[in-house]
Amino acid sequence: MKKFLRRKSTIALAMALPLIVVIASLVIYPAFYSVYLATLNKSMERFVGLGNFSFLFKRETFWMVVKQSVIFAVSAVLFKALIGFFVAHCVHNVPAKGQRKWRGMLLVPWVIPPAMSTLAWLWLFDPSYSAFNWLFERIGIAPVPWLGDPYWARFAVILVNVWVGAPFFMIMYLAALKSVPEQLYEAAAIDGANWWQKMWYVTLPMMRNIIAITALFSLIVTFANFDIVRVLTAGGPVDQTHVFATYAFNLGIQSNDIPLGACVSLFMLPILAVAAIFLLRDIGRRGNEA
Amino acid sequence: MTSGTFDRRRFLAAAAAASVAPYVRTSHAAGSLTVGFWDHWVPGANAGLTKLCSEWAAKEKVDLKIDFITSQGQKLLLTITSEAQAKSGHDVLSLPSWYAAAQAKNLEPVDDIVQTLIAQYGATGAGVEYLGKQDGHWLGVPATAGAQMKGPCGRIDLFKEHAGIELTKMYPPGAPPDKTLADKWTWDAFLTAAQKCHKAGFPFGIGMGQTADSADSAGAIFAAHGAHLVDAKGNITVNSDATRQTLEYCKKLVQFLPPDVFAWDDASNNKWLISGKGALIMNPPSAWAVAKRDNPKVAEQLWTFPSPKGPQGRYQPNIPFYWGIWKFSKNKAAAKSLLTYLSQRSAVEQLVQASGGYDIPPFAGLRDFKIWAEVGPPKGTLYHYPPSGDQIVYMSGAPAPVAIATQMYAQATLTKMIAKFTQGGEPMDKVIAWASSELEGFMRV
Repeated sequence: MKKFLRRKSTIALAMALPLIVVIASLVIYPAFYSVYLATLNKSMERFVGLGNFSFLFKRETFWMVVKQSVIFAVSAVLFKALIGFFVAHCVHNVPAKGQRKWRGMLLVPWVIPPAMSTLAWLWLFDPSYSAFNWLFERIGIAPVPWLGDPYWARFAVILVNVWVGAPFFMIMYLAALKSVPEQLYEAAAIDGANWWQKMWYVTLPMMRNIIAITALFSLIVTFANFDIVRVLTAGGPVDQTHVFATYAFNLGIQSNDIPLGACVSLFMLPILAVAAIFLLRDIGRRGNEA
Repeated sequence: MTSGTFDRRRFLAAAAAASVAPYVRTSHAAGSLTVGFWDHWVPGANAGLTKLCSEWAAKEKVDLKIDFITSQGQKLLLTITSEAQAKSGHDVLSLPSWYAAAQAKNLEPVDDIVQTLIAQYGATGAGVEYLGKQDGHWLGVPATAGAQMKGPCGRIDLFKEHAGIELTKMYPPGAPPDKTLADKWTWDAFLTAAQKCHKAGFPFGIGMGQTADSADSAGAIFAAHGAHLVDAKGNITVNSDATRQTLEYCKKLVQFLPPDVFAWDDASNNKWLISGKGALIMNPPSAWAVAKRDNPKVAEQLWTFPSPKGPQGRYQPNIPFYWGIWKFSKNKAAAKSLLTYLSQRSAVEQLVQASGGYDIPPFAGLRDFKIWAEVGPPKGTLYHYPPSGDQIVYMSGAPAPVAIATQMYAQATLTKMIAKFTQGGEPMDKVIAWASSELEGFMRV
């Protein structure tokens, strides 16, 4: 018994146990509970199996939400990655003395709770009192219906998501850049590699795993986004900015159809699981090659 | 030396003594009660409710705990849903409009309280009964706190100058409406006034978004024209001449509204009026109350009055509130006692007073308080706020069965139809087909 208690694995398990209990009660239990809810009828009195899903698949609005969620998540992650990559390089090239200040300032959008920062964006886009439109008026540009027109509204929610999320990419890429051994660049320089070739043959291969993990993580978080869309547009106009989470809230809580809301939120699961399998398999394969 | 042991003999003696001892009423002899009330918009309204509850708790010797739950971010709805799921939480909870019926199987029927109140103070409006009474049973006590009407609130000066309508003559302070003028206050007259005010640079601010104010205004327009998407039996009736006429009407109206009304939320119309940009909105007097503080010159020109009349009548948007007792409550007797106390005339008058006239008592006999005639400026601005005369107190979505109407309301089917037909430029038949398909989905049981 004493030997068992002294084992490193036993101690590790004992120390991790509180966290495991928290995760089990706040993540795993609700996840299984939502699966259970998704199999009930609207009044939650009868088991209907996959009936809610088959109902949902026949709804035009649901497929519009699927399309919008994909557009929202993919475009936001793409722009966050591009901007994060560019800014990480800029910061990497700032002399070490001033770099901390820049890193701190650039992280601000990511650190502020999104519900709060989105409120500030709401005032900038406000239908009647948009600060952007006020500026436009002064320089003779016609006001833009930021949140009233479906296309501008989609642009607005993606823009805010990119603004909030790009610093995360920046900091991850910056860490990856700092871990690339300087000797590799020196060797490439001796071989006569130009800036682009160093980037393509040294930097990107060394950052591949970080890029993949960051993209996967961000894709999951962006697909599950709720606060930005909820605060800015609440899914409007005419449902054209709804994503899975806001649509699920609208159906489940506001329309009193919890099973259907649970179905919408669970629809994300297979999409993200497939994405995770592909990305993680690729990372694992490269790890084995190394 | 006495023994410190507690033997069988002593236990029996103590038990016997306890059984014949007189009942001693402690400070909380009637147990405890937890209540979740809606966090009122109007400053001071919560204090009025707290005072009444404290008086009741002291009298009834109940340990009372009150939480005020905001509806911002739908926190009240989330609380209702989570407590219903967990079968645990407050004993009594405020339930806005649709959410008493939604929790029918989790709520203690309160027929005894409501029937007595009806006998005392008269009937409730049809809208209050439509949502609060299901399968012949009252699920919640119709509450004063939070209950509101959403008729027009217009600018006296702008209406007179640009639309040629004297609001204070049509709906005079302290007197019944001028019948001739009020009869002329129709949705067609509304459209003409909207056009004139738009031309003058003060458009009406009627939201066409996806939140409650927009759904309520659209509901009144549709109902006044006789357009109901679903009838009382649950049949889809959207494909009708009345729907087509209403959409055509909305197409004309939308061109005189601010171009961004499709993105408006419940705060947008208030801001529109308070800023002085608009001549009219449809809202409870919260906009006026805020204008008194933020823009007194505008507040002095505001007048709350009934909705226009349509071919089918004068439909006045209404949001009722209920106080529901969960079936899992452990102190239902105390809960019923509290709700009865809060529904008595003197308590209701104090609640209305504390809300500055915002709250509308649900029972017809409790709408004669002086406050609506007295508050201002301008004096009498709320005199015609409580429903009276030819007004049909209406909940957008009625007469459809509540389970269907809830979804029509929460998913803003009416304003989406208007947006598709006007902003989206979709053909009428396509819009009606889309609405039909949505409504079929809402029939799911």
